Amino acid sequence: MADRAHFGVTERVRCLPQIGDHHHRAPGYVQGQVGEVVSVYPARPLPDAVVASGGRDMPAVPFYGVRFLARDLFGEGQHSVTVDLWETYLEKSG
Amino acid sequence: MSDAHLSVPAAARVRRLEQAVIDAGLATDEELDAILETFLGRARPLNGARLIARAWVDPEFRRRLLDDPSGPLSELGLPSLGPNQSLRVLENTESVHNVVVCTLCSCYPVGLLGPSPSWYKSDAYRARVVREPRAVLAEFGLEVGAEVDLRVWDASAELRYLVLSCRPTDTEGLSEEELASLVTRAGMIGTAAV
Repeated sequence: MADRAHFGVTERVRCLPQIGDHHHRAPGYVQGQVGEVVSVYPARPLPDAVVASGGRDMPAVPFYGVRFLARDLFGEGQHSVTVDLWETYLEKSG
Repeated sequence: MSDAHLSVPAAARVRRLEQAVIDAGLATDEELDAILETFLGRARPLNGARLIARAWVDPEFRRRLLDDPSGPLSELGLPSLGPNQSLRVLENTESVHNVVVCTLCSCYPVGLLGPSPSWYKSDAYRARVVREPRAVLAEFGLEVGAEVDLRVWDASAELRYLVLSCRPTDTEGLSEEELASLVTRAGMIGTAAV
C-alpha cells in the first residue's frame, strides 16, 4: 500500500536536497539534511499534490516527525528542530 | 505578502477575497459566515488554558491529551480543529522545554489560542527561533539552561502544536479555573514558562 510507512522511529532519514520551487512543505533549512524519525503519524495527502490538483482529495502519503540537531543544520547550537515531513521528501540515510 | 495592497484596509481586502470565492461558486456568504464563526468566533486563549489546567489536575486527562487531543477537546466543549488539521500537545518537564514556530507561514492552533500575536508571524521570530532559540527566549524573559533539552517544533498547516507547561509551584490550593487564569498564550507557544 502506498500509504504504508517505510521508516520507523529512531531511523535516520535525509530530506531530499532539492524539493523544487513548487508549493511544498519542506523548509529550506532541512533540505539535504539528515535527521531522526521521532514520530510516525497517520498518512495524509501530500500538500504539493493537493494544490497541484486544484484542491481535490489525493492519496494519503506517510507522514513523519523528523528531529534535526541544530549543530547538523547550522554548525552550532545545543537544541533540536522537529519538522513534519511527508515520505515523498525523504530518503534513507546511511 | 506584497506591499501593493497595504494601503487597502484589511477588512476590505478580506471582503474582496470573499466576493471572489462567492463569485466562483465555491461557497455562499452564509457558509463563509458559518466557517468564520466556527473557527474564529470562539477562538480565544482561555480555550487552550482550560486544557492545560485540566491536565495539571487530572493525570488521566493529561495522558489522553498527550496521546490524542481530539477526545479531550470535545470533552471540554472546545472548538474542533479545522478540516485536515491535527493537534499535538508537547509536554514540558524540568528537563525538556518545547517552543513552537511555523517557518513556512504562521500556522498555530487558532481555536485554542485566539489570533496569533504579531511577533509570531514576524520574519525575525520565524527565522531566529529555529537557529538561536535560547537567545530569542531570553529576549522574551525566559532563560532556558544549557542542561535543558530545548526542542523547537516547526508547525505546518496540517499539524499544529500546543505546549503543556509545567504547573507553577505553590499553586496547590488553586481551583482549576484559577489555574487556567495563570496560563498565557505565550506559555502555550513556549515563549513563556506558563
